[in-house]
This record gives sequence, C-alpha cells and structure tokens, in this order.
Amino acid sequence: MIHDFDIVVVGAGPAGLAAAVTAADCGLRVGVVDDNPAPGGQIWRSGAHLPAAARRWKARFAAAHVVRLQGWRIVDCPEPGVARAQRNDAEIGRDSSAADGTSLRYRHLLLATGARERFLPFPGWTLPNVMGAGGLDAMVRGGLPIAGKRVVVAGTGPLLLAVAAHLAARGAEIPAICDQASLARMAPLVLQVLRQPGKLWQGASYRWTTRASRYLTRCWPVSAEGDSRLRSVTLQRDGKRWSVACDYLACGFHLVPNTELASLLGCRLEHGFVATDQLMQTSVPNIWCAGEPTGIGGVELSLLEGQIAGLAVAGRTSDAHRLARGRRGALSFARALHRACRLNPQLRDLASHNTIVCRCEDVELGALLGRAGWRDARLHTRCGMGPCQGRICGAAAEFLFGWRADSVRPPVFPALVSSFLEPEADPMTPREAV
Amino acid sequence: MADPLDKVTLTVDGIVVQVGPGATVAAAALIAGLQTRVSVSGEPRAPLCGMGICFECRVTIDGAPHQRSCQILCAPGMQVSTARELP
Repeated sequence: MIHDFDIVVVGAGPAGLAAAVTAADCGLRVGVVDDNPAPGGQIWRSGAHLPAAARRWKARFAAAHVVRLQGWRIVDCPEPGVARAQRNDAEIGRDSSAADGTSLRYRHLLLATGARERFLPFPGWTLPNVMGAGGLDAMVRGGLPIAGKRVVVAGTGPLLLAVAAHLAARGAEIPAICDQASLARMAPLVLQVLRQPGKLWQGASYRWTTRASRYLTRCWPVSAEGDSRLRSVTLQRDGKRWSVACDYLACGFHLVPNTELASLLGCRLEHGFVATDQLMQTSVPNIWCAGEPTGIGGVELSLLEGQIAGLAVAGRTSDAHRLARGRRGALSFARALHRACRLNPQLRDLASHNTIVCRCEDVELGALLGRAGWRDARLHTRCGMGPCQGRICGAAAEFLFGWRADSVRPPVFPALVSSFLEPEADPMTPREAV
Repeated sequence: MADPLDKVTLTVDGIVVQVGPGATVAAAALIAGLQTRVSVSGEPRAPLCGMGICFECRVTIDGAPHQRSCQILCAPGMQVSTARELP
C-alpha cells in the first residue's frame, strides 16, 4: 500500500514533534517516521526525569491526528514525492501480514533527523563500556542499571553536565566531568545561559546534582584501559596525566548533524549543516528541515523551527514569519555553543598509529595517513564502508584530516531487499502503535 | 498487551534476564554479558552510540542476525544471542 500525505516528518524529536503537531492542527494529513522505539528523539528519550516541555509536547503528539511509523526508518527516496521506509523489526517474529517496508507519498517532506555525537579515536576507545555520553544516557533510559557504577563523563559540550546529572540522580558515582574546552572558550556560552532564566536554572540544578563530582575544563581522556572491558581511564589536564578507575567512560565531543537524507535529496549544505530560508525550506522546493541539522542549537530552537516549518507548509505564512523573527535570538545561543565546543587541535594527537578509527572495518589510523581524501581512504582501506556507512568515523576523519564525505547513495541505511520487493500491507495494522 | 508494570523475561545467550517495561535488547545484553559483537579483527565490542547509528550493538534476535539491539525493545520469550568469537 502507498500512503499519501500532505507532509511526511522524518524524526520525532523536539523539531519533528513540533512540526507534526502544528501541521496536524492546521488540518494537514501528517505522517511521522521515527527510528526510535518511542517518540521524543534522543533528548526526550523515555524514562524518568523528563522536563515539563517534553511531557507537554509528547502528550500533544499522542493526541494529534497523525499516522505514526514508530520504529521505522527512511532508507531511500527513489523519486520526488516518494520515500521508502523499512520497519526496524522486519526480520524478528516475521508474520506474513506485516510488510517489511512501505512507500510514503508526500507533497512536503520535513527532515527533522537530529544529530549524533562526535566520537574521537583514542587508545582504548573501542573497549566495551566506553560509550558516548548521550550513548550511555540512552542505554540507562533503556534499562541498563547504573546505580553504584563509577562513570567518568568526558568530551565537550553542555550535554556532558546533563548526562552526568541524570546518571548521578540514578545513583551513579561520577568521579569527574571533563570538558576539553577552556573556561575562556565557554565564557560567551555561560553569558548566554546567565541571560536565560530557564537555562540558568537547568544548569544550576545539574551542577547541584553533580556537586560531588570534579568539573574539569581543558581536560580529556588520553586512553582507556582494560581487558575484555573497561577498567580505568587516563585523563590529561595541562600536561599532567592521571588514572581513574571506572566502570564506564561516557565520552562524546559535542554533536554532528544527521544530514545524509538531506544530501541524498540534493539539499544544499553550508559548513556541514542543511541550508534553509527563514521558513525552514531547503534549497529543494517542498523539502524542509528543522532542528539540529540546520545548526546545533538545542531544544528551544528545534521546537521553534519545527513550528515555523509546520505553519509554512500549511500556508500560514504570516504566522510562520512571526515565529521566524523570534528565531534570531535563539540563534545567538547556537553560535555561542558552536564556539564553546570548538575542538582543541591537541585532540588530533590522541590516536596513535594502531588506534582503530573505523570501528566497522577496523581501519587503524596508520592506514589512513597519506590518503588523499575521504573517497581515496574508502577505496583503499574500506574506512567508512561498514554498516554505519561512515557515520561514526566520518566525523572523526573530518576533524583529523579535514576530509568531507562527497556523496550519499541509497540506501541511506543498510536495508533488506524484501523491504523493497515484498507485497505491501498497511504498516499500522499488524502491530499496535507504541 | 501485558501489564506495563510487569517485568519482561527473555534469554541472552541462554541466560535468563528480567527487565522492566520499555527496556531495550541492548540493555538486556549488557545485563547478561559484556559484549554484543566481535569486530572483523576479533575485538569484543559493545554499544557505543545508543541511538541506532553505530551498529556496534548488533545481535541475533529470535534467529535474525545483525539486529540493532539498542533500537529494539525486549519482548517476552525473546531469544537473543551475542557474538562470543570471530564471525
């Protein structure tokens, strides 16, 4: 079966939820495709300790007249106006009435595909229990017990403090929170936060929750040690090194936008982000983008952009413009955030010759030295050719070597042939919506 | 649908694991063991990104290989197997 929508929203994080609810309120036929088991994206992942805004938007989304493909992902956009989606559990408990894939026909497509963490390779980073900061947070929200565990939180960005606070509230012991940035780099961001009561209150409460932890600027992990799993991490600050015993290292170097689908559709990127006009339309007519792919700016900006896009798609242009004026203020926070999270060039020296950079194909740094670019590296070493399609090592290679991925080809995620070929059924009938 | 307060019972490499409602297969795998897969050069690996991007959490679920366990919720009676040696 082919489903027909006025707008298909890809992603159900803050931007996607806001866009879907807004468009549905305007009477549009809305479809939402989201890869996660439940709506909310990464920042509003299920579990306790969700802010009031998250509960409010999730409730509005639950009540909205929207077709939800929860636990599905877009794997291809074979022709203008058509997206191909695949069910995540297509191969598990296969029942003949459930289609593996389906086609979605749209007049407008909104990309609210969010961001992922940037990971930098250092000796030991492939050990089990070395995870992303958001990664460990997501695992804990997904049921991983953390009470009584020792967790070093490291990397860069405000996410570190948020994650540390959540884990501490769940009973984890956090010996150290390490941000690679200097206090001077963070100052403009801190000033922004001081001007916004909501953010100030949030930051202060995070720090209060983690008051037992050392918060170290200009500090980063230089190696993780262990056998079959992590035992300790070696930290460095101002040339001094020391070792901290821990059960987990939660380490992420800020965020990189998920722009693969936008690239596939031919949308113009600027400095790695999806370029849009004031009303969030990309360079391709009827393809819109909201949230982190347009610039890492946090929840408030994402909600605003989602609503702007929803209104604009519904033809409520003057309302959309009114909201767009409010977006300018929120963008200054995004700029301060960008500056605060700029990586210290010394982090390029963390990986040694035999440190794995591409975790899918186990390509070591030494094999990449001297390669002419991303494409050359792919062809000669298989770097970025595994199932993640370079989503993890690509951001690292960009920082280490200045390489940029030059093209995106379908399918944008590894996909089943059957999800393209099998007779199609209504995706919503076989199992209840989550 | 089961009572949301009920625990979900499944097995990971034959080990019985009980998890709360809404738990992911990745969490169950780490409760039962240390790793989810073995890399192409033989390293043990476990989840990294927690959000369906990195593919380090791949396990076999009810006979279906290469499933991203962090994006799939535990279901009663599920049989999960992780990789213990070279593929």
